[in-house]
Amino acid sequence: MDLLRFATAGSVDDGKSTLIGRLLYDSKSIFEDQLSAVEESSRRRGDAVVNLALLTDGLRAEREQGITIDVAYRYFATPKRKFIIADTPGHIQYTRNMVTGASTADLAIILVDARKGIIEQTKRHSFVSNLLKIRHLVLAVNKMDLVDYSEEVFNRIVQDFHDFASRLDDIAEITAIPLSALNGDNVVEKSTSMDWFKGPSLLYHLETVYTGGTENHVDARFPVQWIIRPQSNEHHDFRGYAGRVAGGVFKPGDAVTVLPSGFSTKISKIHLPGGQEIGEAFAPQSVVMTLDDEIDISRGDMLVKANNPPRTGQDVEAMVCWFSQRPMEVRGKYLLRHTTRETKAIVQDLRYQVDIETLHKKEGASTLGMNDIGRIALRAAVPLFHDDYRRNRLTGSFVLVDPGSHETVAAGMIV
Amino acid sequence: MPYYHLDHLDQLEAEAIFVLRETAAQFQNPALLFSGGKDSIVMAHLAAKAFWPAKIPFPLLHIDTGHNFGETLAYRDAFVEKLGARLVVGSVQASIDTGRVKEEKGPYASRNALQSVTLLDTIEEHKFTACLGGGRRDEEKARAKERFFSHRDDFGQWDPKNQRPELWNLFNGRHHPGEHFRVFPLSNFTEMDVWMYIKREGIELPPLYFAHERDVFARNGSLLAVSEFITMLETEKPERKTVRFRTIGDVTCTGAVESSASDLDEVIAEVAAARQTERGTRADDKRSETAMEDRKKEGYF
Repeated sequence: MDLLRFATAGSVDDGKSTLIGRLLYDSKSIFEDQLSAVEESSRRRGDAVVNLALLTDGLRAEREQGITIDVAYRYFATPKRKFIIADTPGHIQYTRNMVTGASTADLAIILVDARKGIIEQTKRHSFVSNLLKIRHLVLAVNKMDLVDYSEEVFNRIVQDFHDFASRLDDIAEITAIPLSALNGDNVVEKSTSMDWFKGPSLLYHLETVYTGGTENHVDARFPVQWIIRPQSNEHHDFRGYAGRVAGGVFKPGDAVTVLPSGFSTKISKIHLPGGQEIGEAFAPQSVVMTLDDEIDISRGDMLVKANNPPRTGQDVEAMVCWFSQRPMEVRGKYLLRHTTRETKAIVQDLRYQVDIETLHKKEGASTLGMNDIGRIALRAAVPLFHDDYRRNRLTGSFVLVDPGSHETVAAGMIV
Repeated sequence: MPYYHLDHLDQLEAEAIFVLRETAAQFQNPALLFSGGKDSIVMAHLAAKAFWPAKIPFPLLHIDTGHNFGETLAYRDAFVEKLGARLVVGSVQASIDTGRVKEEKGPYASRNALQSVTLLDTIEEHKFTACLGGGRRDEEKARAKERFFSHRDDFGQWDPKNQRPELWNLFNGRHHPGEHFRVFPLSNFTEMDVWMYIKREGIELPPLYFAHERDVFARNGSLLAVSEFITMLETEKPERKTVRFRTIGDVTCTGAVESSASDLDEVIAEVAAARQTERGTRADDKRSETAMEDRKKEGYF
């Protein structure tokens, strides 16, 4: 079966939890015991209606405060597709959680309240989706029941959104759908209250949209993750390089170059986990490769094709989202995780900060605090084999780790 | 250009394999928590595939409550031998005997909560730096927020409000001495995915998962197995029924469901039609609304 990973951003006020609850409920992915637990909690809390947000907000703190704090992953399937939802909070103080949820998504649902139209939050969610290079957006105009299912209101919101989105690059497709999550209009079934809308219901769109995934199938990249040496009699000379293809296609017989050493050799065999030999490997497969020559290769090295190497260098420019309560220090030293490498890195410069309310560049900012986004210059202790994030999410992304606390303090996208 | 595409089970497998290899690469001394339940069986199967043709480079760890189904132990020993893996057992009985924990009394007594202490003691004794668990995010609402690499502090506790963000496939397993990680390679599997994967891979399961006749009694809406480890109330009457188990844990808290599903296809059909989550049969989750979060904070699986 096909798999689609999508992200939703929004707060309870936008009807996000109701929308997800509706998708799960109408696709029969909520079980009786889950529903009765939620009914019981709602009753105890004195909620007037069954609060579907309690299905998704699982942590004690979230239930107490009635908000989504952390990313939650939800699962549902229809006969056509399996879905993984990264359900992320909408408030500005949880931007980092939205960035996290968006990092693995093929598609994002941008939720808009039909009464309010395109507001600052809509723009921020769109900006974050675009920063993470989610190329398929659904503009879900919710609460249409509260604007009398007006086509005019819907069209105006769609027009406003297109005007704004023209400033974002790399968006392949925007699909706008008028909804009422509360009443179920256009969520699973087509609404009878909006005959003027000729497009699909949300679920039908999610089941049929073609995203092609987020993988790169052009530039061959194989970061070595682990060396397999059985040292048993049966496999005495076996030396396999295990890892997950991060881009392109590899075949037995292909000439490959090993970075950083620069040695060239050929691929002997490619095995799936468990041993089955295959004729080609592509992202995101996990495989084991054997090579014609014995070369010194360790974790963090990368196999590539000589005619299409990645960019190699210690200096990178990147957009980062800062995650930690301790602000970024220019000239500060961090640990950097990129593909399967870990090395030290120093923040050389903060080029600018993005004001995530107005989306304007703020020149002259001196630091990034928690949830801030900006562009930095970074110098790594060893050369990194990288691509533009826009071209390859896996070789273009990194995280920074605080060397003292070991917390993950930032996520970066190489430009 | 040809269309390069992976089926959802292949994608989930590739992700789990990546996480298993990453665990071996980032941690000095990992272990794989093996309960004999289907999720840990699938995880061990994946570990065997991840390191082929070498053996799994870390031991399997069984936290033994002493209240097992006999079938589970027989399966465990045969499975471990087939994989050629090393088995480490942490015993709740030993924790009770040495006074580390106090056994609950009465008809509702369970060793479920005691396991956390035995687990943390065993981790400390063997200096395990990461424990691979078969937990899935679709199981329970607190688990929906769990990371692949989940940090535990010096006291083995989980701090749900202070979890490390996880992006793309970059996992941060850095830790200080005394801290450790729980790693969940099956995070993105659902119950249905696990069953479909078991079928696709031809993985053999303990017979408990398939319909069989057993003496059971009803309690709190679940059917519990009659066994020497549970005291029945006077009002509770044993009955012989055709049942199977959807999850397998300690005898005292794992409920059976009435079922005639005797092979994988029938089980899959039953899972597809089910209106109760699999943990709906677990008495341990029913103790409170946030029972899972609270136990996880204390160091539970």
